[in-house]
Amino acid sequence: MHLSDLWFIAIAVLWAGYFVLEGFDFGVGILLPFLGRDDTTRRVMINTIGPVWDGNEVWLLTAGGATFAAFPAWYAAMFSAFYLPLLLVLVALIIRGVAFEYRGKRDNSNWKRGWDAAIFAGSLLPAILWGVAFGNVLRGIPLDAAHNFTGNFFTFLNPYALVGGLATLTLFTLHGALFLALKTTSDLRRRAHRAATAIAAIAVAAGCGFLAWTEASHRAAGWSGTGIASVACAALAAVALIVAALANRAGREGAAFAANATAIAAATAALFTALYPNVLPSTVSAAYSLTTANAASAAKTLMVMTVVAIIFLPLVLAYQAWTYWVFRKRVTGPAAAPAPKGH
Amino acid sequence: MNVLDLSRWQFGITTVYHFLFVPITIGLGFLVAGFETAWLRTGHDRWLRLTKFYGKLFLINFALGVVTGIVQEFQFGMNWSAYSRLVGNIFGAPLAIEALLAFFLESTFLGLWIFGWDRLPPKVHNACIWIAATGTLLSAYFILTANAWMQHPVGYTYNPKTHQDDLSSFAAVLFNPAQLAGFPHVIAGCFLTAGSLVAGVALWHLMRGRAAAPAAADAADVADGADGANGAATDAADAADGGGQVTAFRSALKAGAITAIAAAVVVVATGDIQGKLFTTRYQPMKMAAAEALYHTSQPAPFSLFTIGSLNGSHAIFSLDIPRILSFLATGNFSAQVQGIDNLQQQYAQIYGPGSYIPIIPVTYWSFRAMIGAGMLAALIALVALWATRRGRVPTSRVLLAGAIALPFLPLIGNTFGWIMTEMGRQPWIVYGQMKTAAGVSANSAGEVLTSLIVFTLLYGALAVIEAGLMLKYIKAGLPSEPEPGAAAEDQPLELVY
Repeated sequence: MHLSDLWFIAIAVLWAGYFVLEGFDFGVGILLPFLGRDDTTRRVMINTIGPVWDGNEVWLLTAGGATFAAFPAWYAAMFSAFYLPLLLVLVALIIRGVAFEYRGKRDNSNWKRGWDAAIFAGSLLPAILWGVAFGNVLRGIPLDAAHNFTGNFFTFLNPYALVGGLATLTLFTLHGALFLALKTTSDLRRRAHRAATAIAAIAVAAGCGFLAWTEASHRAAGWSGTGIASVACAALAAVALIVAALANRAGREGAAFAANATAIAAATAALFTALYPNVLPSTVSAAYSLTTANAASAAKTLMVMTVVAIIFLPLVLAYQAWTYWVFRKRVTGPAAAPAPKGH
Repeated sequence: MNVLDLSRWQFGITTVYHFLFVPITIGLGFLVAGFETAWLRTGHDRWLRLTKFYGKLFLINFALGVVTGIVQEFQFGMNWSAYSRLVGNIFGAPLAIEALLAFFLESTFLGLWIFGWDRLPPKVHNACIWIAATGTLLSAYFILTANAWMQHPVGYTYNPKTHQDDLSSFAAVLFNPAQLAGFPHVIAGCFLTAGSLVAGVALWHLMRGRAAAPAAADAADVADGADGANGAATDAADAADGGGQVTAFRSALKAGAITAIAAAVVVVATGDIQGKLFTTRYQPMKMAAAEALYHTSQPAPFSLFTIGSLNGSHAIFSLDIPRILSFLATGNFSAQVQGIDNLQQQYAQIYGPGSYIPIIPVTYWSFRAMIGAGMLAALIALVALWATRRGRVPTSRVLLAGAIALPFLPLIGNTFGWIMTEMGRQPWIVYGQMKTAAGVSANSAGEVLTSLIVFTLLYGALAVIEAGLMLKYIKAGLPSEPEPGAAAEDQPLELVY
């Protein structure tokens, strides 16, 4: 296996990690106006993700940095082609990130409502746009011989990519609802559970539909080893998604969240294996497509990056896991009477 | 304006803005960590209250530093894709490593610090902010490595087959001499910035408190001398001076001012090393422009003040000190320093026809603004320290103005430092290899104009909100209840199994 293939896998893993982790904090943000009826409830919801959302977002920055270093031509073509969608993502991530930190800094209900709106919009937009973007990457975009994008914003708004957007939106919202059911108590926990039940049906339809469409369009070109792997990942994702829906119905909160996390990771794997060996196909001519071979950095850079990743990725995983352990308890609103600590 | 100009404006605006928050974050992280450690060591409430007070200011800044940093990583690909294609092998690696080594560390451990007051043992809690602060330092190292490579590219070979720069030595990139000189300069600038913020705010509170309650302040001053030796006296005085604000801010002033002054010494020393390195070896044109030295001179005078022609092509009036530039640039009073016109001729021969001269007034004046603002900050910190010696509380209106100016001056210095070094490198994006005009993406001007407007408006609005919050929390003074615990709005309320 070439180092460039290893880095293709590494980038797939980083995106899977990003979607699994930030997926639920996007979901919590999207559900904020629907489940957060009063300020206390909204605070509880935000506090379930407060200590971890920023660390979750670093998975995206690492994926971006890794793409830049390992596949400069991919990074350059993709980021300049998706210029306006990425601008929207950036604006969303900016207002959302600031909102988490600034919301509680003034005791003023208009101030808080404004930031709540920012959290909602800042979570909703990327949850849709990442799916649309991935749909377009898989479908291919008009790239010329110099790998420059020749389309415009409306090129991205094709039915397949929009189904992709619906899939990520519903999967992440479900993920957030399952996370809230797992991390809160009493009334909020019950309502999160009901929300998960309601969204699950749409998420199963949109998620499975998008994966089926992906596999069908890629298998039309014939079968390959990675093609089989992609179908297997897609099947695993579909099964895990259905298991998540069923476990939620049965009130098995931990199992439901774990199954949905598996579904998101497997779906990401299915998309990347379907894409391989392309990294950004051109709809103008297959000769203009960017592949793991023609977009990759030279061996020396990939080797340096590999050594750094082998040493530090386990460390990152260990301390991120520790944070989740420290904040493993459920979050709840203040009791009617001032309750003693540590019950 | 064309795509190139729009992209350059966007990069300039977003980067300068980002770097308003970064130095505060880097320096203040360590100072707040130090305050918390002082609290754990001495057990005195004032350190905890300072931790909370400056910790809040730190977090307000950190939030904007983080979110504007995402833009930085994305816009190389969005706006500078031709550049990204050429240099990804080398420039991309530090960016990826920065995310993996530094961003995870900062975000994770800061999350633990904000929300972990009640859930972590005190020493572990304190360790979290030390680790987060170390993360900001690591982050700075890697991103400055990338910048140093643009200033002085090393450790690569151009591959004509792929039209990319291939990495030949990662150690050469990591330990680029331009980086080894530049990194301590920037980091010392960060500590000058944070020290000035801490000291300026503390001095303002001291002087304001004095005006409000001189008697109470005096009582606290008496106790300050006996601090630690007589806990009861200190507590009594704390009650008298409005809950110990005076004693606490006196400690903060000392810590901030000493940090700022020490940092300023390092800034000057490393700036001198950098200046010599760039004048004599790496970018003589930038330094000649910074001095508005048009003709190669031996010995070269140092220009105190120059008025250039409108197009910056020659000097009309110049006030010089003989031989000083020769000394500053080389350590030798009679050495030759190359001038702009001569360098232009040389470069046209090496790189082909075209102008290799940066915008001289910008380079010249930003160089002086950087030095002036930084040195003025250090001077105010020094005066503040002197004026508050042995329990004195100054009443001078000039010093009060100085206290208010102090936190802003290093921000001005940092900004002009970057403007000088980045605009002084023009027309190059990678010095000697790629011109900025060749690095830009093939996007439409409309797209880039859209993002330029969006970022400018969004950043402007956020600046107003940020400044409002900073002022609110600075004015509020120290928290009255010095109990360890997460701030009310960060309290995850109640936790149950």
